[in-house]
Amino acid sequence: MKLQQLSLFLENRPGQLGAPLEAIAAEGINILTLSLADTAQFGILRLIVREWEQAKQIFEQGGWVVKQTEVVAVDVLDRPGGLASALAVLEAAELNIEYMYAFSLRRDDKAILIFRFEDPDRAIEVLLENGLHVVETEELMRHVG
Amino acid sequence: MSNQDPDWPSENRIWNHSAETLPREEIEALQLERLRAMVERVAKVPFYRDQFEHAEIGPQSIRSLADLRRLPFTTKDDLRRHQPLGFLAVPRKELARIHGSSGTTGIPTFVAYTAQDLRTWSELCARFLVAGGLRPAHTAQVAFGYGLFTGGFGLHYGIERVGAAVIPTAAGNTRRQIDIMRELTPEVLICTPSYALTIADAARELGIDPATLPMRYGHFGGEPWTEDMRREIEDQLGLQAFNNYGLSEVFGPGVAGECPLHEGMHIQEDHFIVECLDPETLEPVAEGEPGELVITNLTREATPLIRYRTRDIARLYREPCACGRTTMRMSRVTGRTDDMLIIRGVNVFPSQIEEALLRVEGTTPHYLIEVDRPGTLDEVRVKVEMRPEIFSDRMDRMQALCEHISREIQTVAGIRAHVDLVEPRSIERFVGKARRVLDKRRLSD
Ligand SMILES: [Zn+2]
Repeated sequence: MKLQQLSLFLENRPGQLGAPLEAIAAEGINILTLSLADTAQFGILRLIVREWEQAKQIFEQGGWVVKQTEVVAVDVLDRPGGLASALAVLEAAELNIEYMYAFSLRRDDKAILIFRFEDPDRAIEVLLENGLHVVETEELMRHVG
Repeated sequence: MSNQDPDWPSENRIWNHSAETLPREEIEALQLERLRAMVERVAKVPFYRDQFEHAEIGPQSIRSLADLRRLPFTTKDDLRRHQPLGFLAVPRKELARIHGSSGTTGIPTFVAYTAQDLRTWSELCARFLVAGGLRPAHTAQVAFGYGLFTGGFGLHYGIERVGAAVIPTAAGNTRRQIDIMRELTPEVLICTPSYALTIADAARELGIDPATLPMRYGHFGGEPWTEDMRREIEDQLGLQAFNNYGLSEVFGPGVAGECPLHEGMHIQEDHFIVECLDPETLEPVAEGEPGELVITNLTREATPLIRYRTRDIARLYREPCACGRTTMRMSRVTGRTDDMLIIRGVNVFPSQIEEALLRVEGTTPHYLIEVDRPGTLDEVRVKVEMRPEIFSDRMDRMQALCEHISREIQTVAGIRAHVDLVEPRSIERFVGKARRVLDKRRLSD
């Protein structure tokens, strides 16, 4: 139920973001979701694609430093309190969130939350026990694609 | 094994016991006596005569070793301005040898030797060779250049002096070097540290495990190297590697060399006075702190130098060594004053930044130190190329990495530096010696 996320190191300069995205687009790889964490000087580009192994290879061959990590996606209703209710569950279970990002799916009236947990397996257990919906890659594809 | 030879009972053999284990006060008394004689001798050299007259200095001015500091310095430029052989302190007819040291201008700086100088040089090399394992029954392969530049010759004489056999292969033709090693099974290899690694590479290419080559001891010098390189050489060639130091301006190899404890190189203090000075203020640095080595010849006849500024950065240690030698020791050369940066009044050597990076795993191979003065204050940025080993998808970890590096730089070099993580291969690569410093202040001066 975990998703494979790729993270890339980028310098924070104009144009730096385009090159890796073009490199995988050229191979017909679609990006399901993407987020950028940055400082004035560098950034970490995180993305989820279905063909992550192929994408990882493309990045490595292109000279980027890339790291693969497991993340967990949850969908909630895209309305006030949707995110807060999910976070309350995680907080009550004292699960450590290393970082998270979110995006909304207007069409389905839903928001997808992507979490990087210290212990993703335990996090999935807690989420399921509390009736939250953990999104798998194929499902994410249907939502986004 | 030859070190079980009855004449050579101990692993820690000292070649010249009386000279190398003199009590401290006796070393200093001998240095004082020789320094006085040297001041008298170099007063014949026009360069020194003029300076001595101007400062009203003579042998009688040297009442204690502290008076060394009243004597003028000699720089590489001084040597160049008085070429050829302007520093000769004996009549030309007494010379037995002339060597040259490389100069950036392409014209070598000549240095000369009397027959007695060549004997002294053999003695100096014999001392560190024996400290590093050489025994009379051994065979040593000298894969060092023989020619105008010193290097091969001094080592060659030292080996002969000890009574061991020399194979003077000189540098180059690595495949033949390896053939000769396998045929003649030398116990000792003498060359530059980088050539030792070239030999190991070449052996592997020939399908030979370099560790199976016969050498058990290696004496390496002639260029700066690191502890990492020592480990690599020792692992690959299966030998014990010894560092030695010297420069042709003051003799050649033989100024200092390691004992089996590898805790610095013993300085041959009966032949040289070595000072360690702040290259800016020219005041002595505190013991164990990095500074420029300044060397005075005590026994050289042909071209002796007073307070020669080597531009080599190292540290000196005065506490006696457990090997029994009483001489002062020097660290390996960690940089050149030419590379020294002054950051807000603090002397910083690129090697210190490297030392700091070495403490943070995975950060050393490619880095660049950028110095700028955007307003009135100097700013240092250390660019470190990102590598998979140090990359994390977590921003807090990446920021912690920058802070860690910055803290180590503060500890080692005493300056605050911004750490910039940059993309792989974004720092320019150079063939041979890497360029580690970009001083933008100089560009705008
Ligand atoms: Zn020692």
